[in-house]
Amino acid sequence: MTDVVTLAWRQYRLERKLFWRNPSAAFFNFLLPLLFLAFFGAILHGNQHDLNVIVPGIAGMSVMSTTFTALAFNMTFLREQGVLKRIRGTPMPGISYLLGVAGNAVTNTALQIIIITVAGRLFFNTGWPRDWGELAVFVAAGVLCFASLGVAFSHVIPNFDSAPAYVNAVFLPVIFISGVFYDAARAPGFIKGVAQALPLKHLIDGLSGAMVKGTSLGANISALGVIAAWAALGVLFAVRGFSWEQHRG
Amino acid sequence: MADLTIDVRRLRKTYGDFEAVRGIDFEVRRGEVFGLLGPNGAGKTTTVEILEGYRSRSDGEVSVLGMDPGRRPRELRARVGIVLQSTGLYRHIKVREAVAHFAAMYPHPRAVDEVISVCGLEGKQDALARTLSGGQLRRLDLALALVGDPELIFLDEPTTGFDPAARRQAWDTIRSLKDLGKTVLLTTHYLDEAQALADRVAIIKDGRIVIEGAPRDLGASAGGPRYRVIYRNGDGGFVEHETEDPTTLLHELTGEALARGERLEGLTVTRPTLEDVYLELTAGSASEERTDR
Repeated sequence: MTDVVTLAWRQYRLERKLFWRNPSAAFFNFLLPLLFLAFFGAILHGNQHDLNVIVPGIAGMSVMSTTFTALAFNMTFLREQGVLKRIRGTPMPGISYLLGVAGNAVTNTALQIIIITVAGRLFFNTGWPRDWGELAVFVAAGVLCFASLGVAFSHVIPNFDSAPAYVNAVFLPVIFISGVFYDAARAPGFIKGVAQALPLKHLIDGLSGAMVKGTSLGANISALGVIAAWAALGVLFAVRGFSWEQHRG
Repeated sequence: MADLTIDVRRLRKTYGDFEAVRGIDFEVRRGEVFGLLGPNGAGKTTTVEILEGYRSRSDGEVSVLGMDPGRRPRELRARVGIVLQSTGLYRHIKVREAVAHFAAMYPHPRAVDEVISVCGLEGKQDALARTLSGGQLRRLDLALALVGDPELIFLDEPTTGFDPAARRQAWDTIRSLKDLGKTVLLTTHYLDEAQALADRVAIIKDGRIVIEGAPRDLGASAGGPRYRVIYRNGDGGFVEHETEDPTTLLHELTGEALARGERLEGLTVTRPTLEDVYLELTAGSASEERTDR
């Protein structure tokens, strides 16, 4: 057991090191959401209502991009390149490897949430989060939900060349309808209906409650329920469809 | 039985209606280099991947180091090194980092520097994997498979894409494994490679083993091709004979030539090579156009 943990830790440290060595991964996973934040923050300067929307919105988007997008890409790449197959032939337990890979993604989520929180306080006048515990609960739920959905989604992507198309076909519409950049309450009815069924809007509602509105966890419990339901679905398909090898054809 | 590193009995593998492996038997003894030959799609890779624990078998018995690879025991993975046909690696990992990282997965690894030097990667220790040439990547594959100090090493087409010098170097490395008492299961398209390295080979065709034995003995086996005798006749053209009994043929030819006062210019007698045996036995394979699976 200690061995499983030690090897997971080694894998995690390697993943961190390699992450910063790969400029394009570092840019898309890390800098892009922060650039959006800076960009919209500058445009909306002085408009506190919209700033209060954009800060938790970008935080929600960051959770999704650092877990769902990153893992869907990574797992597709690792599978296609045969890295997973190679690891499978070693005595390293599969769970250690996957924990290392997932830990890397979650670290990026945590770093981004910290940066966004600090930026909210320093530059966007949203203040410190009203409820840190609630923030932690929603980030953790979001991570579990989007990380498992990302791994599950990688099983649908046929090859790494088509990964950007597949991932963005999900990621872009979801961030636009879920109120990352505007108050979701102002959206037309049918868009609201779709967003309501998906997890990101609920994550943003929860983050908004924790970071700016000060609504309690109890008030956002239904949002947490929707995220948990998607997480259950994600875990189910991530585990059931999991393959260490690229399927041919 | 104690000396058998690999024991395969009546192994079968079917994919839907397609029977990739149709009941094969072979044994690999400890310390032996065993070559598995055959055209693409003959069932080589399927067989090896069952032994490596990547695939389940449909029927038959398989034992590797006394364990069932189908159950994927961790102890087995710790004692086996695998060089797959095409496996990538992290693009941004350095050679030394990769070898050290893999070393940490094994209970009794070899020294990282030693493995790097055995595989001829000393000058590339700090190079990123993505900057390596195809041959260097293949050597890194070998280093990652050797660093756990395995008793048994699977080499699936280890020198495909190598230039002749690199191939010779890889052969020396593989021979050095044998000197260390390691067992090697080698699959290859190159018959000279099998001839140079393998103690015994088995030729697979359409999911069955058609012949098995030491490379130099295979040519002499029943049903195989015959000795070839070639010489230049009085007109300067080449004459070629095939025979199972070169002694008698040569006696007749030389007797006649002496009687005519001629010399048999350019006389050669060649034993059938592994290549002749291979080409004869695998001719008309139903699976030649199929990609390997």
